[in-house]
Amino acid sequence: MAYVLKINGASHTVDADGDTPLLWVLRDVLQMTGTKFGCGMALCGACTVHLDGAATRACITTIDSVGDAAITTIEAIGQSDAGRKVQQAWLDLDVVQCGYCQSGQIMSATALLMSNAHPSDSDINDAMSGNVCRCGTYNRIRDAIKLAAGAKP
Amino acid sequence: MTLTFAHRVDSAALSRRAFLKASATAAGGLALGFVVPGRSEAAGTESAALNGFVRIEPDGRIHLTIPMVEMGQGTYTSLAMLLAEELEVKLDSIVPEHAPPNNALYANPILHEQSTGLSASTRGFWLPLRQAGAGARIMLVTAAAQRWKVDPAQCTAKDGVIRDPSGQRSLAYREVALAAAQIKPPALDQIKLKAPGQFTLIGTSPKRLEAAGKVSGRTQFGIDAIVPGMKFAAIAISPVGGGKPKQVNQAAALAVKGVRQVVAIDEAVAVVADHTGAAKKGLEAAAIQWDDGPNAQINSQGIVAQLKAGSETPGVIARNDGNVEQAFAKAARRFDAVYELPFLAHAAMEPMNCTVHLRKDTCEIWVGTQVPTTTQSRVAALTGLPKDAVILHNQFLGGGFGRRLEPDGTLLAVKIAKHVDGPVKVIWSREEDIQHDIYRPYYYDRISAAVDISGNPVAWHHRVCGSSVVARFAPPLFKNGLDFDAVEGAAEPPYAFPNILVDYVRVDPASITTGFWRGVGPVHNVFIVESFIDELAFAARQDPVDYRRRLLSNNPRALAVLNLAADKAGWGQTMPAGKARGISLQFAFGSYLSQVAEVAVDANGKVKVERIVCAVDCGIAVTPSMIEAQVQSGTIFGLTAALRGAITIKDGRVQQSNFDSYPPMRIDEVPRIETHIVPSTENPGGLGEAATAIVAPAVTNAIFAATGRRIRKLPIEEV
Repeated sequence: MAYVLKINGASHTVDADGDTPLLWVLRDVLQMTGTKFGCGMALCGACTVHLDGAATRACITTIDSVGDAAITTIEAIGQSDAGRKVQQAWLDLDVVQCGYCQSGQIMSATALLMSNAHPSDSDINDAMSGNVCRCGTYNRIRDAIKLAAGAKP
Repeated sequence: MTLTFAHRVDSAALSRRAFLKASATAAGGLALGFVVPGRSEAAGTESAALNGFVRIEPDGRIHLTIPMVEMGQGTYTSLAMLLAEELEVKLDSIVPEHAPPNNALYANPILHEQSTGLSASTRGFWLPLRQAGAGARIMLVTAAAQRWKVDPAQCTAKDGVIRDPSGQRSLAYREVALAAAQIKPPALDQIKLKAPGQFTLIGTSPKRLEAAGKVSGRTQFGIDAIVPGMKFAAIAISPVGGGKPKQVNQAAALAVKGVRQVVAIDEAVAVVADHTGAAKKGLEAAAIQWDDGPNAQINSQGIVAQLKAGSETPGVIARNDGNVEQAFAKAARRFDAVYELPFLAHAAMEPMNCTVHLRKDTCEIWVGTQVPTTTQSRVAALTGLPKDAVILHNQFLGGGFGRRLEPDGTLLAVKIAKHVDGPVKVIWSREEDIQHDIYRPYYYDRISAAVDISGNPVAWHHRVCGSSVVARFAPPLFKNGLDFDAVEGAAEPPYAFPNILVDYVRVDPASITTGFWRGVGPVHNVFIVESFIDELAFAARQDPVDYRRRLLSNNPRALAVLNLAADKAGWGQTMPAGKARGISLQFAFGSYLSQVAEVAVDANGKVKVERIVCAVDCGIAVTPSMIEAQVQSGTIFGLTAALRGAITIKDGRVQQSNFDSYPPMRIDEVPRIETHIVPSTENPGGLGEAATAIVAPAVTNAIFAATGRRIRKLPIEEV
């Protein structure tokens, strides 16, 4: 059956089973590879996208559950004010290492700042502990979120 | 002396035999590369130069083929800095490019292979890349001087612009690149490199060159390769090593929308579909039954028993100084301990994957690999194609940690591709990735020390017992039964022991393949050496830092990092009940590190690591920001393993499967990590793995100081 998905402001019609995870539609069908596969079980956050602004794990989100929610991916996150600030903070503090998890980290951090302009350390823990980084960039991620929020890291 | 990679550095030998070769690029620029006579693949020296390290194009961009892969360690930036320093260009004018497989052109001078590992990238290319930069600069300046008819020695070059002796005229590199290609490159021994005091770029912390792509999702990792017409495969590998698929419900798999094909090969089943979602669904529907084969009885307990028995027999001597037996016989006291470290998976964030397009006469591969040349050769052998017909497009790696030193994932993908018409992308699930890893060996080591009446060690005996990675990975380097990697960090501890014996017993458990894991030999040995030294200090009723200091009188660099870490951490200052500090020290990968961990242990024995202070002497600090990043990265990687990392085997199967049963540390658990760098003019040491090796004993020594509980078996949170 065909599903219409609103992704980064554009409509895409996708012919796939309704229980197909959004992740594979983004990556394989629509060739938007910025969203990453890490675990398939919402344990690592590498596949984080926004559904109507809320951080959502695309690997367990089936396309029949999306409805007409607006999907935002890393490819377009820089178009929002919060997303642009987060990306810039990531560059200013040289957060990335291998970089594979960073799409998901940036999506989670942006969702946090969109709902909470001045997160505390504990807010950062709550919003970011679902995102795994095996390179261990966590110290700089925390500092970059604070920088993006306009606070001194 | 043991043979370690550190002893095999032959940059000097490279410079004696190698020479620079220049040519014009197709676009009318200057190409410069090294030719190393005698390297088997260097026969076509013209093409060697054409494909060489550096191309200065008429558009002003400087293309640097980076022989090593970028897997997070920052090598694209650091190696580009080495070139830019001597070439006198701005770092952002350099375009780093992935190197194709070619040992003749891109072998690491330390490893003798185009292989990224053992923290050898900066060490290996420290000399050649600066020589290439300086050589190109000399040729460009000469070309400009010829045009102006002035003495090149009176000209200057900065930021890619050459000025004449009067300072009135200038030429950009791009304007003289083609002319420079006609000039004979200087001999390497005639090139005068800058002294450390003259560096303007080395020692600074520019931003990473590849960061913009990584924050915007544009960077292409292996898993992101897009090849027109490709299909997607999900795979299941026999859960028991040596098993085979017995029954596959092909019809059910093919009934899934989007599934095109079911491929059963010896050890695995792949479902090929229009997208990975359909492939995974099809794989589930296939309800595979396995014939487990001969290894279904294997359990961790049996493996440990086998290793324990091995550790009770004398091994191959790695080091034997003085007379250990006599010293033990005469000593006032002796101490004996057994230390154990578990199997570990790598669990890089990018799961194993490979895209293959196998045609009749070529095999094209898209993968992120630490070993492009080995992979190419192995694929050639598997397909029967000539090596040149195996075209490998290397990619950014979503973490390597040693896992991508192994070509198994690519070979499996090629076996599947043999049955698929057109390109196919094979992606392993996280479960397959963890359950079919090539694991860090399980080690069962015995260690003993004899002390005099003051508690000072007079004899030291460390027996390493585990499987040999080197014997499997690089058989020619496995000499006389000794695995030099298994004893690295044990055979040459930083301390002066008048009598020291280190021996190695090889026990390879059946069906469990073991490989290099970030930190390699030192990650296991430093834990044991630094824990046991702490045991001796406690027995001698001495402060652990003071005790170490007394054994370091002939090792000033080690002593300096120890003192720096202790000082910055406030060693000796009182801590509240339930909290304590522990220290560790190591020399590995050419760098000296010392770490202090502060831990809190609650009433239930739960450990929280609250702060890490790390002192680093890695010689010249090429990129301090990257050093800090690698200290943080290595520490968290090692700390995750120390706290809770363990792969266990039951009925021939790996029991862990995803991040719930093999849990990585998360942002809410990690300590602040402080890095303090010792200024130095020594040649750079390696740093990608050093902090992984040093953290565990700092933490367990702190736990001992807090609780009196000595941890001799990892992980700390027993599974």
